[in-house]
Amino acid sequence: MIRVANVAQWVRASILLVPLLFLAIFFFYPLLSIFAVSLAPDGQLDLSGFTRLVTSAYYRETFFFTVGQAALSTIFTIGVALPAAYVFARYQFPGKSLLLSVSTLPFVLPTVVVAAAFNALIGERGVINDVLMNLFALDYAPIQLERTLALILIAHVFYNFSLALRMISSYWATQSPRMEEAARVLGAHGWRLWWEIRLAAVRPAILAASVLVFIFTFTSFGVVLILGGIQFATLEVEIFRQARNLLNLQTAAALSLVQIGFMFILMLVYTRLQRQNVTDLQASTVIARAPHTPAEKSLVYGTIAFMAILLFTPLIALVIRSFTVGGEGFTTRYYALLSTNVRGSVLFAPPLEAISTSLSFATASTLISVVLGLLTAYMLTSRAKFTRWLDPLFMLPLATSAVTLGFGFIIALDEPPLNLRTSPLLIPLSHTLVAMPFVVRSVLPALRGITPSIREAAQVMGASPLQVLRLIDLPLISRGLIVGAVFAFTVSMGEFGASIFIARPDTPTMPIVIYRLLGQPGATNYGQALAMSSLLMLVCAISFILIERLRKLGIGEF
Amino acid sequence: MKAFVLSLVIVTLIFSGASAQQTRTVTIIAHDSFNYTEDVMNAFQAESGITIEVLRLGDAGSLVNQSVLSAGNPLGDVMYGVDNTFLSRALDADLFLPYESPLLENVDESFITDDQHRVTPINYGDVCLNYDVGYFASENLPVPSSLADLADPAYTGLLAVQNPATSSPGLAFLMTTVAAFGEEGDYTYLDFWRDLVANDVYISEDWTDAYYVRFSGSAGSEGDRPLVVSYASSPPAEVIFADPVPETAPTASIVADDTCFRQIEYAGILDGTDDLEAAQQVIDFLLSVEFQEDVPLQMFVFPVNAEAELPEAFIEYAAIPENPVILDPALIDANRETWIEAWTEVVLR
Repeated sequence: MIRVANVAQWVRASILLVPLLFLAIFFFYPLLSIFAVSLAPDGQLDLSGFTRLVTSAYYRETFFFTVGQAALSTIFTIGVALPAAYVFARYQFPGKSLLLSVSTLPFVLPTVVVAAAFNALIGERGVINDVLMNLFALDYAPIQLERTLALILIAHVFYNFSLALRMISSYWATQSPRMEEAARVLGAHGWRLWWEIRLAAVRPAILAASVLVFIFTFTSFGVVLILGGIQFATLEVEIFRQARNLLNLQTAAALSLVQIGFMFILMLVYTRLQRQNVTDLQASTVIARAPHTPAEKSLVYGTIAFMAILLFTPLIALVIRSFTVGGEGFTTRYYALLSTNVRGSVLFAPPLEAISTSLSFATASTLISVVLGLLTAYMLTSRAKFTRWLDPLFMLPLATSAVTLGFGFIIALDEPPLNLRTSPLLIPLSHTLVAMPFVVRSVLPALRGITPSIREAAQVMGASPLQVLRLIDLPLISRGLIVGAVFAFTVSMGEFGASIFIARPDTPTMPIVIYRLLGQPGATNYGQALAMSSLLMLVCAISFILIERLRKLGIGEF
Repeated sequence: MKAFVLSLVIVTLIFSGASAQQTRTVTIIAHDSFNYTEDVMNAFQAESGITIEVLRLGDAGSLVNQSVLSAGNPLGDVMYGVDNTFLSRALDADLFLPYESPLLENVDESFITDDQHRVTPINYGDVCLNYDVGYFASENLPVPSSLADLADPAYTGLLAVQNPATSSPGLAFLMTTVAAFGEEGDYTYLDFWRDLVANDVYISEDWTDAYYVRFSGSAGSEGDRPLVVSYASSPPAEVIFADPVPETAPTASIVADDTCFRQIEYAGILDGTDDLEAAQQVIDFLLSVEFQEDVPLQMFVFPVNAEAELPEAFIEYAAIPENPVILDPALIDANRETWIEAWTEVVLR
């Protein structure tokens, strides 16, 4: 009997170690290899790169700017997403799942496409300035956001809003309103009800979302480069310039280490905070209902209106442009052209082929990330002390510059049995590294909220570990799991991070097709790029809705 | 389409059957823009019995960096797409095996940069200012005829360029200014850049943003800059990729002396290849008239082989500068960082 228990424990422990092994092979090994080559090119440790950083006023400023803009972006994103998350958790209204699905689309769009949409809307010659100039007979454009910090912040909220919305509302939906009712009976009203009861209950999710948004905006690259322009630079931008343009590996490695080190400390603090926060909440699912009172109605419809303005106008501007670019009125020719190989080029990929390539990479990455992320989350709920140090480690791929990791792959994975440098496998594997933290962060708050006594009770009654998982854990973590899966899918569809620096065979994904089209002059190239971007949004919107459905299929009505 | 694929599979099977004893594969590593007509490549593969595989490694800079990092254990057999701005970095890392193709006799001397033939020139292009033809006509403004004109108050707020630290045409334009104004004397390239900043130059991170979002001449753009740094081959592209085809080109290039920078792209055999002889055949193929005539419409660059004929749109709309700036790759490599640093200091900080 004892021996059987031991074996089971060993099996359990070794399964939980799989994600750690994955991280060691595909993240730490390449990363340490590139650091070794960069910082000790002749076998002798050379830290002059660090000296240069510390003594340079420019890099100090860059660091503070990076932290500052990330903090501001996080505060604004969470502040804006919080009321919306409440609405999505508590109320039912028509078009809810479509709205949620569309709100996640910015995540997959290439920055330069978003920049073009922003420019069409709020640029000097954009729609809004046109309207305002006509309306008030102005001879100058009243909105001058081009190349300002404000535009960077708006874009960051635009990109990250749905991340915060989804993470917080999915957690909120599992919080019982009983506490609230009790508080109300005891006389809590207004801000006290919000501050001490409602917000306190979702604090783990708010913290988790803040951390992700902070990391994302801390390592912001395209938004800062293209919308912010050259007077702004984040550490990530500097790493890219040093590594990719100057092949100055020493400075790039030093900058990468600063970035990773800062993130590690931040994550340690976060992990501690989150652990203190765990309360034995009697989690149970709340059924969302329709808004009744005028106050409720105005909250719900106000949220919808706000989302429409912030998120949908740029997206709609994009779709409209895909039909109107070229100034010949409404036309579907760019969509038609997508499937015509005018010049018999080898780079040509018909849309269906690009869609299926993207979808297969994304499905593979999502599956791997969900499995590994779930195992990681279980490992991290263990009470052993070492998990305190492990948790931050799993977040590091998000904080690591894509160019650094890409170079690491080149020098580390170059010999059998790991000669993966030119393998198409490397694409989903690199996507998984970036996607896994999303799954872990979305699942962990709910997983920590499950009282161990429930599981123990079930075991005593004779439930097998799988039954416990299916009947007790899954219903409670399913919402978080779906959020994680959606973002894992999104990371892969939008091709964030390391995969840009990975060798590719002749099967382009949708974003790659967009980049290639935008690399050449001419109306039809531009029109096709916008058409492909619109298709990318369509494919993602449908996929998000399908992923949401999976939850209901898998566990029935909970 | 299905029938085509099927016949392709059958043809491939027949050929692979015919040369089953010895299938030779050459992997070309290239930048993302490497493009060609499938039939041209298929004809070569059928004739030579060599199977070509292509791996794309990002832009020219990423291509060179990844190759430098994997020197000795290369990702492929042949590299295509290193240009004269990155050439020295590649040569210093000893990436290539020398090979002198017999077809070089059709290539002008000025393109052959390396005497040891470690790399072979394949195509060239000129980074030139492009302008919005309609804007200059309607404003009755003369088109600038030299770089110095750009600092003239008449052209305030009209120019968009790329950051040389992140963009290859941006770097080319910076080097054009270095060549035109020099690094010493009363009025250096940095003085010129100070004047450009005073004249409200717009600096984009990359070509796509500058050309599609800021430049007013590109089709569908909301941009308000009628002057942009682009390529001499961009005006024909505006015509070829327009639908319907316009009667006159909406944009044109300025090709006055010392305003354009010549970029030459090379191919080289990577040290570590398994099949040197096949790799040499591939270099010959890249220089052959068949491939060279395919280059303009697939990659919007010009062939180096003098026997290759240009397509009509290129003859009509592409201007080739008579005296572009040509810099020695060794000089570029020695000074690239200094120039970019100095530029960043003056323009951005």
